[in-house]
Amino acid sequence: MFPPAAESYLTDGRTVWSWLTTHDHKRIGVMFLGLTLFFFLVGGLFALALRIELLTPGRTIMGHLAYNRMFTLHGVTMVWLFMIPAIPSAFGNFLVPLMIGARDVAFPRLNLASVYLYVLGASVTLWGMFEGGADTGWTFYTPYSTTTGTAVLPVLVGVFIIGFSTILTGLNFIATVHTLRAPGLTWMKLPLFVWAIYGTSIIQVLATPVLGMVLLLVALERVVGAGIFDPARGGDPLLFQHLFWFYSHPAVYIMVLPSMGVISEAVCAFSRKNAFSYRMIVYSTLGIAFVGFFTWGHHMFTSGQSTFGAGAFGAMSMLVAIFTAIKIFSWLGTLYRGSIAIESPLLYTLGFMFFLFFGGMIGVAYATTSLNLHWHDTYSVVAHFHFIMVGATVMAFLGALHYWFPKMSGRRAPAKLANGAAVLIIFGFIATFVPQFLLGNLGMPRRYADYPPHFQSLHVASTAGASLLAFGFLIIAGYLAWSLRYGEVAGDNPWGSEGFEWRSASPPPTHNFTTTPEYPTGPHEYAREEVPHAA
Amino acid sequence: MNELLRRLFFLPEQGSTFAVKVDHLHYVLLLTTFAVAVGIGAVGIFFLVRYRRRTASDPTPRVVAPVWLEALFIGVPLSLFLLWFVLGFKQFVWVMSPPQDALDVYVTGKQWMWKFTYPGGPSAIDTLVVPAGRPVRLLLTSRDVIHSFYVPDFRMKRDAVPGRYTDLWFEAPKPGRHPVLCAEYCGLDHSVMRGEVVVLPPADFDAWQDAQRRNLPVARTPESMAVRGERVAAAQGCLQCHTVTGAPHIGPTWLGLYGRKEPLEGGGAVLADEAYLTESMMDPLAKVVAGYAPVMPGYHSRLSAEDTGALVEFIKSLRPLRPGVTAAEEPVYVPTGR
Ligand SMILES: [Cu+2]
Ligand SMILES: [Cu+2]
Repeated sequence: MFPPAAESYLTDGRTVWSWLTTHDHKRIGVMFLGLTLFFFLVGGLFALALRIELLTPGRTIMGHLAYNRMFTLHGVTMVWLFMIPAIPSAFGNFLVPLMIGARDVAFPRLNLASVYLYVLGASVTLWGMFEGGADTGWTFYTPYSTTTGTAVLPVLVGVFIIGFSTILTGLNFIATVHTLRAPGLTWMKLPLFVWAIYGTSIIQVLATPVLGMVLLLVALERVVGAGIFDPARGGDPLLFQHLFWFYSHPAVYIMVLPSMGVISEAVCAFSRKNAFSYRMIVYSTLGIAFVGFFTWGHHMFTSGQSTFGAGAFGAMSMLVAIFTAIKIFSWLGTLYRGSIAIESPLLYTLGFMFFLFFGGMIGVAYATTSLNLHWHDTYSVVAHFHFIMVGATVMAFLGALHYWFPKMSGRRAPAKLANGAAVLIIFGFIATFVPQFLLGNLGMPRRYADYPPHFQSLHVASTAGASLLAFGFLIIAGYLAWSLRYGEVAGDNPWGSEGFEWRSASPPPTHNFTTTPEYPTGPHEYAREEVPHAA
Repeated sequence: MNELLRRLFFLPEQGSTFAVKVDHLHYVLLLTTFAVAVGIGAVGIFFLVRYRRRTASDPTPRVVAPVWLEALFIGVPLSLFLLWFVLGFKQFVWVMSPPQDALDVYVTGKQWMWKFTYPGGPSAIDTLVVPAGRPVRLLLTSRDVIHSFYVPDFRMKRDAVPGRYTDLWFEAPKPGRHPVLCAEYCGLDHSVMRGEVVVLPPADFDAWQDAQRRNLPVARTPESMAVRGERVAAAQGCLQCHTVTGAPHIGPTWLGLYGRKEPLEGGGAVLADEAYLTESMMDPLAKVVAGYAPVMPGYHSRLSAEDTGALVEFIKSLRPLRPGVTAAEEPVYVPTGR
């Protein structure tokens, strides 16, 4: 199945058992990649069902209850089973040790445990889905989530378990980056992807316990009637929202920061340039990780929180947007005077920058507080976070998949087909989600199984776009599967990249490096002489 | 221009004074976003063409952003964002502060309908009738889960939360009809929990209200909310601890309580508005007025949403009479805002 070339991590033990008991960060990364891709497919099928139901007002293929369960499962699957582990657990595990010149992560056994915790949590969640499935939305707002009769409990427990997988992965990366960097590889020489994973890990370790706690409280409320969120017993339903968003706003950055790391790598590699402003990208990564914890109230402008509170959260949210703006300018500057190769990872990078900018600016508009009163809980918000989650993170995920496919498998995907698919995905995305912004402007609330007829034309446009997207994903799945076996053998560094991970063979041997690599400069130094100014 | 942009962005009709204000900010923001997005796209495509790779080993220079450029990249968006924030937050403060002469209507969300109650009667399901050109303040609560009262034409929504009151105000300048939607997911029929705001010319509104009050069957004489509140207060035993005469007893007197700043046990003070009065019924020990023992039980399970609203109206009606001021049928209150 894989190139019969030299010894690699793929040929070191060929049995299933050797995979199930592996401590090799690369194999663990590959397993996470397979698992998250599977759940991306599941969540995508849910999304398609939703889009089909929304083709017409009234009933198209399912009733209200089925629809309400379907959007809950779509959200839960995509957020916790795909988006959060996708880049850190799959690509992070594979690449971070390679990028810092280490043989493995700091705690290889914990790393394996995080795979099993993820599988366990996912199984419990899946079982809950077959048991009928929760109908609360992925946000589990009380008091609805504590009173509805559907199978909320297994989903809560499943997500709770997955949380531990996330925490272990985060802890592992923090310890790895601190202790296992090769001699001479100082902090300010670290690849930007490593910085992004490091920032993400901090958020994972600090925020995920709050999610675990709040899910546990909802479970307690359902099982023994604890009354914490129940106003009839002196509880406060809004307390849930504060706790939930205290996790879930930073969680947005758990999903976005790694993708920013991917883009920082890809933009350098495909323009043969050093990062335009390495330190701005590093500091803004840390800035996002920190300030992201103080913006959760922007999800509650209409909930009756104080006017002053809304203002403070709005202003903090503006600050987070600045960090993102800085990165976009730095990536754009990297292209300046580069040698730009039109390859699929670069196309995804361009799509990423555009969608992140547009989606981010809508976020800035929400942070003005007054505009949010119209947009809150409408399709505008749905479009906004899909711009960030699909337009940015999934684009980066696909970019990473194409950029590092030769690193992981030793083979290349057909370039022309990959470029075509990237263009198709970008246009499919625009066709799906731009109509949703307009739906939000028109006043279409989210989580609606049924809607007044004047919203229909935009819904039809969005569904058409979604089928284009689905077609694009199908093509990608097809040629990647084909390339695993029949793709052109890549060689060690098919892209000519100066990223540190390419210093080992592709696919890498079990212990990554045969000789200890040296690090006289930072990553992506292509030039020989220095030009200090942009002019 | 306004009309053109409104249609371009698919915004619905501008049914309130706030809608016009907020739409202008919307245009400024979106047009700026488009302009910068086009700029970024143009620069990106220009780089792509100009610096396209010709050979696999094209030499590239090492370019690092100079500090002034970094400062520019931070400074320009930061000042733009802060400017927008100041503009937006000003509108937000304005729209969060109901004017003094607003007409009050109580709104109760319930799976899956809206109930509107006028302090002097009547009450209606799913249709809210209001006069044009006069501010209306809605006092929202819910009987079960959280709902959100949303009128797209007013660019305005507010959550209806069980166990507490939130408020929202609007002024519809012209007569017309505006759909009401529920914007917070509330279960099975969330998507069909719809209603309508009917804006009538002021004279027609008065006539409608009179007719409604007159036409109620005798057995259901329109009991004003304040009257009902007085009955509830007696039935629930509130008056055993709270006087309506101004004399302090086990709890603070209700006379003139509404709109007063009460010092709190443990420091600080609270404005006795609808939200505080409701909170004190549901969770009395949260904020105890200084000088009183924390002995009041919570009434959440004992008071329906209607009874709670009625009690609040009763307390609001207990204002010390001053010469020349006659008790009004419409609620009298001190505004919490401007
Ligand atoms: Cu957020
Ligand atoms: Cu609802």
